[in-house]
Amino acid sequence: MSRARAWREALPVGAVAGALLLVAVVVLVSAGADLRTALSALWIGSLGSRYALLSATLVRATPLILLGLSVTLAFRAGVLNIGAEGQFIAGASAGGAVALATAAVLPGPVSLLVALTTGVVAGGVWAAVAAELRRRFGVLEVISTLMLNFIALYGVSYLVHGPLQEPTHVYPQSATLPMVARLPFVFDGQRLHVGFILAVLLGLALWYVFARTAAGFRIRITGAGAAAAASAGAVDTARVSFLAFIASGAIAGGAGAVEVTGVTYTLFERISPGYGYSAIAVALLARLHPVAVIGAGVFFGALEAGAAAMQRDAGVPSQFASILEALAILGVLAVDRLRARRQEAAP
Amino acid sequence: MSATSAFAEAVVRVATPLAYAALGELVVERAGIINIGLEGSIIAGAYGALVFAGHGGAIFGVAGALLAGILLATLFAVFVLVLRADQIITGTAISMLALGTTGALYQTMYGSVGAALTTPTFAPMVIPGLSSLPVVGRALFAQPVMTYPLYLLFPILAWWLYRTADGLALRAVGEKPSAAAAAGISVSRVQWLALLFGGAMGGLSGATLVLAQAGTFLEGMSAGRGFIAIAIVALGRWTPLGVAGAVLLFGAAGALQFLAQAMAWPIPYSISLATPYVFTLVVLAVARGRAVAPVALGAHRE
Repeated sequence: MSRARAWREALPVGAVAGALLLVAVVVLVSAGADLRTALSALWIGSLGSRYALLSATLVRATPLILLGLSVTLAFRAGVLNIGAEGQFIAGASAGGAVALATAAVLPGPVSLLVALTTGVVAGGVWAAVAAELRRRFGVLEVISTLMLNFIALYGVSYLVHGPLQEPTHVYPQSATLPMVARLPFVFDGQRLHVGFILAVLLGLALWYVFARTAAGFRIRITGAGAAAAASAGAVDTARVSFLAFIASGAIAGGAGAVEVTGVTYTLFERISPGYGYSAIAVALLARLHPVAVIGAGVFFGALEAGAAAMQRDAGVPSQFASILEALAILGVLAVDRLRARRQEAAP
Repeated sequence: MSATSAFAEAVVRVATPLAYAALGELVVERAGIINIGLEGSIIAGAYGALVFAGHGGAIFGVAGALLAGILLATLFAVFVLVLRADQIITGTAISMLALGTTGALYQTMYGSVGAALTTPTFAPMVIPGLSSLPVVGRALFAQPVMTYPLYLLFPILAWWLYRTADGLALRAVGEKPSAAAAAGISVSRVQWLALLFGGAMGGLSGATLVLAQAGTFLEGMSAGRGFIAIAIVALGRWTPLGVAGAVLLFGAAGALQFLAQAMAWPIPYSISLATPYVFTLVVLAVARGRAVAPVALGAHRE
């Protein structure tokens, strides 16, 4: 990508981000929050200290990056997988259950590896339901993945009220993972775990796949439309989108297992406060570029960490971040379409 | 009340909000558009009903729901019809926006607990005579008033769609917009009106939840009904009578959980709550044969 083109790509994103900040201020004022307190909480809670960055922002960013990559892979292949949320929950549930079951009998690292693998497989299976419904029956993946999100949510609710409930049967959550079955921290005394490093590596790996490999070419061609794929020769688009769909679910499932073993150490109903939906904003703001997803994930991670601090200190409603994420999606759509029109008008 | 008639009553109760949503989505899809943002219109309608009913009673609440539902549909229309943005992504974002905004507004205006807050509601309106019919009498004719317009709306839509010039125009836009345009139909005007109607119906769906059922607002209380409505329309093969039948089937699937409770079946609560969503997946697989869908449905027109 040339430098001029990179700027053309980045400029609208900057415009959207700037507009978001403006909207944020308007929302805060209209919500009756004290602007000074709120903004200072936003800053202190997100980037204002080493602790905020390493124990809040980047911890929040980890699932957003992983799920953003999941969405990116699917969207690039022309699969509208809105089910990262459900695939994340499936991975968290299966990974958490396996970690709890194996932590006592297997060496820590082995138990962890088995748990993460189980999460990846569970997410892939959860996506495969929708992928198979699409391939065999032509069911719109948008609807099937949304339904699967609800089913996953009620599924985890059943698990933590039933078979996986902690031994005292008081709280709707699973038992807590022993130390040996947890992902290690990156720095002493900070909550940042190695899952973040995995997320960054996966971003780089996906970028390599898209840019430099035949598989990446097939994915891009498939996403560009059936006609383009046919003209490019023997690309089996049905097969490519089927596999990309499942791989996208596998990434989301892995993200769920990472969250359980790296952050929460226990399974509960709201294991995801909507990460799967936020991830759509992350992926679109990053223009479906895997490396940019890392940056967008950190941006929204900071926003969510800051929003949590604003709720604590300034009483700003907790939905603040998700509103901005929805607006970010609309902002990117609007900027893209306006630009496309200008180009049509002045060829 | 016998278990059968209690079940029949629950079917109609569960079906009512779904029926409004599906009716709206049916018209929208016949105009060639999929509005996933319908979920947003429903939750906005629910919130609008709460705010307006608090000021002027239940009827005023219905007006608030209509306004809120139409407002969200307008936003969707601007993105999809004016900017020509992707329908699915726009709809997803608008649902997110509406779910987040109504939740935040509710917290800001009524405090984070607020659950005790109740609104004026429509009591069941028993229709003399008809409600004495065996089995279905009370189910169909002892419901809150929100249910009754549906008994007229479905047949009227069926007549309008197949027997009037405007209905033909709507179908033409969904099947072959270029031909419709050549015949002098303003495609964008038809799609605008269809979307606004869909938003209004989504609003009524939300109004039903608040004013005729829950008696209060709950964050995320639309619970995916906007998405389920899209499955209902597909199962109903994009015809008003088919959709009416599909709505009842989904009503029955949702009512099973009440039956399970009444009969003390040993089914965990969470699992019974998941039934409608599992049912939707199964139905979508069975209702294959997309040849009957409007040809231009979801098409990305430049």
